[in-house]
Order: sequence, then C-alpha cells, then structure tokens
Amino acid sequence: MNDVRLRVNGVARQTAVPDHESLLTTLRERLGLPGSKNACEQGECGSCSVLMDSELVCSCLVLTAGADGRAIETVESLGADGVLHPVQQAFVDAGAVQCGFCTPGLIVAAYALLRENPEPSDLEVREALSGNLCRCTGYGTILAAVQRASRAMYRR
Amino acid sequence: MPRVVRTRVELEGRMTDELALVEGKDLPGWTGERTIVGTPTTRIDGAQRVTGRARYTQDITLPGMLHVRFVRSQHARARVVRVDDTRARELRGVRAVLHRSNLPKAPFRGEETIFREEARFVGEEVAAVCAESEETAAAAIRLVDVEYEVLPHVVDLEDAISEQAPRLDEKGNVSESGSHSRGDTERALRDADVVVDATYRTSTQLHNSLETHGAVAHWDGERLTVWESTQHVFGVREGLHLALGLPYSRIRVICEFMGGGFGSKGGAGKYTIAAALFARQLGAPVRCVYTREEENLAAGNRSATLQHIRVGWTGGRTGRISGLEHISYSNSGQGRWVADPTGPTNTLYKIADLSTKSYRVVTNAGSLSAFRAPGYVEGTFALESALDELAEQVRVDPLELRRRHATSIDPLMALRYTQKRLLDCYRIGAKEIGWSRRKRGGTPGSAEHRRRGMGMASQIWFGGGGPPAFATVHLNPDGTAVIRSGTQDIGTGTRTILAQICAEELGIGVTDVRVDIGDTDAPYGPISAGSLTLASVGPAVRQAAADAREQLLGAAAGVLEVGKRELRVEGGRIVGTSRQTTIEEIFDQLKNYTVIGRGSRFPNPSETALNTFGSHFVQLEVDVRTGEVFLEKIVAVHDIGRVVNPLTAASQVEGGIIQAIGFALTEQRVLDRATGRVLNADLEEYKVPTVRDVPPIVVRFVDVPDRRANNLGARGLGEPPIIPTAAAVANAIANATGARVRTTPMTPDRVMAAFAASRA
Repeated sequence: MNDVRLRVNGVARQTAVPDHESLLTTLRERLGLPGSKNACEQGECGSCSVLMDSELVCSCLVLTAGADGRAIETVESLGADGVLHPVQQAFVDAGAVQCGFCTPGLIVAAYALLRENPEPSDLEVREALSGNLCRCTGYGTILAAVQRASRAMYRR
Repeated sequence: MPRVVRTRVELEGRMTDELALVEGKDLPGWTGERTIVGTPTTRIDGAQRVTGRARYTQDITLPGMLHVRFVRSQHARARVVRVDDTRARELRGVRAVLHRSNLPKAPFRGEETIFREEARFVGEEVAAVCAESEETAAAAIRLVDVEYEVLPHVVDLEDAISEQAPRLDEKGNVSESGSHSRGDTERALRDADVVVDATYRTSTQLHNSLETHGAVAHWDGERLTVWESTQHVFGVREGLHLALGLPYSRIRVICEFMGGGFGSKGGAGKYTIAAALFARQLGAPVRCVYTREEENLAAGNRSATLQHIRVGWTGGRTGRISGLEHISYSNSGQGRWVADPTGPTNTLYKIADLSTKSYRVVTNAGSLSAFRAPGYVEGTFALESALDELAEQVRVDPLELRRRHATSIDPLMALRYTQKRLLDCYRIGAKEIGWSRRKRGGTPGSAEHRRRGMGMASQIWFGGGGPPAFATVHLNPDGTAVIRSGTQDIGTGTRTILAQICAEELGIGVTDVRVDIGDTDAPYGPISAGSLTLASVGPAVRQAAADAREQLLGAAAGVLEVGKRELRVEGGRIVGTSRQTTIEEIFDQLKNYTVIGRGSRFPNPSETALNTFGSHFVQLEVDVRTGEVFLEKIVAVHDIGRVVNPLTAASQVEGGIIQAIGFALTEQRVLDRATGRVLNADLEEYKVPTVRDVPPIVVRFVDVPDRRANNLGARGLGEPPIIPTAAAVANAIANATGARVRTTPMTPDRVMAAFAASRA
C-alpha cells in the first residue's frame, strides 16, 4: 500500500492505495466522489476526465500512487451553493444531456478547453472533445453548449 | 371502480392479447393551444446530471459491500467438466464462489440455473467469485480452475447456414422465425420487365451504452433491494422472483438514473441473479458491474444479417413494382428471440404481390438482444437499398417511386392507420435537402477526386404504446406535485415530459412537479423500450393529474363556498371567482388534506394500425481515390403525432442518427472464426462515432396530434430515427459514384470494392 497525499477540489486528502489502483477508483471508491464515471478503463471514452495540476487527464489511466502531491479537480468542484457553473448551465440549457453518464467527463473537458481557449472555433471544440464518447445525444447539442458556455463566461 | 378490458398489446412488433385494468373514463384529447406541452423544456433533472450528483448503479456504495466478477469461457463451445475453486477460495478476501456444482437452483430464462453445462460462446459465464474488493475478485477468477471438453463450434452466420457446420441445435442451425405472403409473387416477378436481384449484409453492432450492465443487491433479512441499470424495474423484479423464488412483495428494484440501454437492459441478467444470490448467502450488500469487455462479449448485440431481395417492375417510367421477395437470415447467437428484418417490407408500401421469410440462425457467438429498432434497422437497409437500385434501373426518381407506392392502410392487417403523414415527411425533407438539385449520376464534389450525391429512405416503426401503465399524482401542501410511476428514465427525458404533461393538466409549473420513477414500490410502469414510454405512461399521468385537479377543485369549492364548476387551476392559482387563491391557501385551511390522483392507460382503439413514420435525406461526398465517405448534411423528418418536448425530441432524433451513422459507416463486431473470440470488445477497436464524425443534422416533425391514438395524441420516438439513415447513406453513395455498397458498415475498403464491381 502507498500513502498518498492529494489536493482534491481544494481539500487536502490522504489515503492508502495499492500500487496499481487508478485515480478513478480512488476518487470513486475511497474519496466519495463518484461524479467521474467508469465506462471503459482504457482512456477511450473520457467519462472519467478530471484535471490534474490543471491538465485534462483520463483518471482511469493515472495511477494514484504516481499522483502523490498533485492537485485534482473533478466535476464535483464546479458550481457552488446550488448555482451551476456556466458550463454546466449551458449543457442543461442546450439540451446537451441525455442519459448523463458521459456528461461529467464532457463538462470537465469543456471547462478545460474554455479555460485555455475562451472562444474556440467549431473545429477546435470538436478536436478538444473528440476523446469523449456520447452514445445518446448525437453531439450537436454538446457543440452548441460549449459555444453557449463560451458566451456566458466571456460575454462575447 | 377499476374494471378489466380486453386489449391487443404490441411490443416491438409482437402482438399479444392481454387484459388491462382501467379506471373511470379516458380523457378526451386536448383542444386548442398548449402552453407547456409542445414547448421546448430543459431537463428537470439536468442539474443532477451535470454536477455528478445523479446516482447511477455503479455509484451505489453500501457499508460492507462485496464485489462480484465472473469466470468466463475462453472457448466458443465447450462442456464444463469440472470447476475447482480451491485456489480461489484460499485467496485472502474471497468470500464465496458459485459455479454449476454448488449453485442453488436459480431458474433463468427457461434454464435451471445461470451456469450452463455447455458454454456456448466465448465470454459465457461459468462461475462467479464474490470478494471484499473488486481487485480481489478480479485476481480470484484467475485462480478458478475449469476443465473443459472442447466441442466443435461455428460463429459466422453464413458458415452456420452451410451443411458442413456443426449442428448446434437438434432441429438444425436454421429455423424459420416469420413469414408473410400476399398475391402471387413468383408470377409477378416472372412477368416483370426488370428484376433487381441483390444480396445485402449487415454486421453485428454492439450497444456500448456508456454505463455497462450491473446491479447492486442488498438483503436485509426480510426483503431484497436491488439497484440496477435497467429499462424495466418490474422486469428485473420478475427475473429475481423466478430465480430466487421470493414473493414480489419481498423484492424491490430501483433505477434512479441509468446510463443508456438501447434495448439491451430489458430485464434481470446473470449479474443480477449472482449479486442477489451472494447477498442472500453472505448477508452483505453485493455489487456486480460489467467491465467494457464483458459488456461487449455477453450483453447482447444487433445481430448480423444476410438478406436476399428480388424486386420486379413493369410498365416503364410510369410503371409499378411487380413482385417483391425478401428472405432474411439473422445470427441470433444463442438468443431464443430474433428480430424480424422483413417487418418494414411487409408494411411500408402498397405492393400487391409480396413474399417474405425470416430465419433465425444459431451460432456460438454472443446472443443478440433488442437493439434500438431491432430488425427494422437491418431490414430497412436492404429494402430501401433495393428500391433505389430498382429506381435507378427503371429511371424513376427514388422519391417518386416511394410516393407511387404509398399506402394509407396497413397492408399486413388491412387496417387503417390512426394517422399516417409519411407523404408530409417526404415533402418537408425533399425541400429541406434540396432534392430538386439531385442529379442522376451525382454531381462533382468539392475537389476533383470527390463526387457528391443525395439519397433518401423511408421509415416505419411501432411506438403506439398501450396498457398496462399506471401513475399517481400527489399534491403537496405547498402547491407542488409528485408523480409516482414504476417507469424509468433511460436518458430519453421521461421525467421531463411526464412533468410537462402533469403541469399542463394540473395548471401548475413544470418546476413544481417532482417525478419519482424507477422504483417497483410505485404503481406499475412498462418497459422503456419499443418507443412506448411516452405513449403508455404519459396518458396515465395525464389522467392522474386530472383526477388530482378535480379533487383539489372539490376541496377549493368547499373552502371558498362556490360551485366547483366555476373554478379552475391556472399557473398554480385557483381562479374563476372574485376570491382568487393559491393551492397553498386551500391546504392551509384544510390542514393535512391529502390529494392523490390516480391514472391508468386505456386501450388503443381497436381495428386500427398504430405506427410511426419518417424519412431521412442525406447529402454526402465520396473520395473516389480512397472510398472515404464524408457526410455533409442529414435531414430527418418524423411523424410521431404530437411532439411533447421539441428539445428532448430533437435530441432523440440526433442521437438515433449518430448510432445509425455508426451502423452505416464504422461499427462492426469482429469475430475470429477459428476461435470464436471477439477481436474488438473495447472502445479502441470498436468504432463508436465521436464528435468529429457528426454532420449538420436538420430535425423536423410533422407535429400534428394523432387524435385517435391516445389522450395525448402522441406516439413514440426512441426507435424511428435510427431506422432509415443507413439506407439513405448507401443510396447517396450510389447516387454520387454509381457504386452500390450492399454491406454495412460501408467502410472505405467496401466502397472501393463496390467501385471495382461497378466498373466491371
């Protein structure tokens, strides 16, 4: 077992994990943060997307033991006091959510994109989200949601 | 008082005569403008889904919870001679192992137990390990020693049909699963001036719902509670009742949120039964959730098909179809049910001489299960491709050919449709895509090596819904309402549309309605499949809301000392007299007054056919050097009666089209015939469309209430949008290039092969 210290959504957390445990499992099963979803465990679907030291990663591909000392932001960090983050609100308003299983990962990926690139083009959005699979919506509403969020966040 | 009525019930095309319990009188259809129903409405549970607060089955964590993993057969067909679990049980953290020789009797889908003596596909469950952690369970399955007697197998559809194939069933591998005949097809084909004779193949498509199959079971000594990712909580309860022998009253099944099913989550699975057996045996909560690989081996699929069509034509450019024969074979794996690809052929057009036959073929491949419009996606690809081939040969515009064979009567049952607006779909779609610009032989594309083409195809499906479906509407003292029904929201937006219907009928706001569904402790709700949820549950909710409103107005009339008929509810207020008041004030006067409205779904009108219709139009480019297909625009037009929520409805259509694009262009399970192994049971090698693959999609609805259908005038939409797209793509490729691709997915290599064939 490895003693690991993480800063998760701004809070210092400490936990003991086996060598090969993924960050996704640690978040979901040990730290009570099931918002990040487990759908493929091979980094193909993006449902487990989180930010690690501000970098977008698939948490199923990160070993917790190797993430010691890192800052992690999950979907649970977005929005506060019952008010949705503009990215979350845009997803609801644009109808970009169906079953919602891929949604937390998409929200985190869209948030990461808009932080780096406030006014992405359609192609840039497609490129940024091409690692996130959605089997329900058809993606069109997701593209619309990202543009809507961009406008809301940067008052374009 | 409730009373029993006899009615015909349809699920995915299968008709059964049932008794239905109804109460009171059905409501007449709405007249005039609606303010809430028909208005784009964002999801009432959207905030839960975007914040990660929505709890899916895999998120259920209970104190002391144990974990299950399955030992799966590595052979396509093998007798399980002996299972030795000694080494597995010695591993620290392993609590129990179940297999054939120690498993309690647990009847499951017509068999005595969940572990069969003969494993019949690679991935079939052979044993289950329950351990204190997922990781321990995963390690322990490698320590279960299974002795197999390997038997000859066959996994490929066409191999299994051949005489040389190992016989998997006493009656042979091929059995007839449906047939229909009218007129004299042989004579009509003999007399025809032109006959198109073609063979079409569709590949196996895997559901790949983002949330895999899974269950969490908890036995408290009295009652079994199971959380399951399912399209039918009552179906899961039935499966548990049969397998465990527990009375219904001692089983509760919950599905609050679920991450997609697309037909594959219709009832209890082996994972459900195993979790429940362990939970009862060990007295601890147990979770069993499939990995992605397990999902793609053992959770079902849209089976591969082989289809032969012969279709004739007489009378030149003003002629008509003269005879159509459609013979279809489906690779059902070990599944007992098989979808019918000839359904659309039997019903879509007015064709006097027609003959169809469908066959189920057993193989040692993972079993088929319903996948969004099972059979109709595969059959429509073949039928609508063949009609275009015919149109091309006789030089008739493909749209004109379809219009010429339109029927207002269901040709199979000789019954009039409650409503059919397919011609409107053609008109709207043709205008939107610019069909008049379509040229025979296609047009030049955006580069020298690209050709542009247009294609279209029609769609028919069921979706009329029916009984049994029940709901109650409870009014809270603060003027808000709660709907309770044992239906479930599988991602389609059921919660939101039910809230809209309730709010509309009750006269309150959508956000004042909470929807408690996905629980067998609520009144019965049907399976969320077959595009029937809205048309089944919606009318019952409307009935319950109306009942609640009448009770409320009765109470209000007493409090206000006026006649009840003078009052109505509007915007959450009781209006109609000089003394306007809120619902809250009425409750204040009456203290703990309780209002529970009850609603049931009434039968569909007899002697009518109830279907959904639509057509898709596709514009695309083909790179003639590489065979790559570039979708430029898709127009989808559907006739589903009244559209309750244009926002969620459009999303359903776009989502259906994306799955159809996968079916048409990229998705196929690849099996190794020598070993029976699935070579692409993951999301890396199995190509689900991504956001980069999406063309502009235009969604249109005819949106005319179907007044004969039910008290909402609405029909279902889950399945229609996945049905016609692939054929429209194939037809557009043929229009662009002159090459006919008769196999899905239409990958670049198949397109190149079609080029070569068209030049030969």
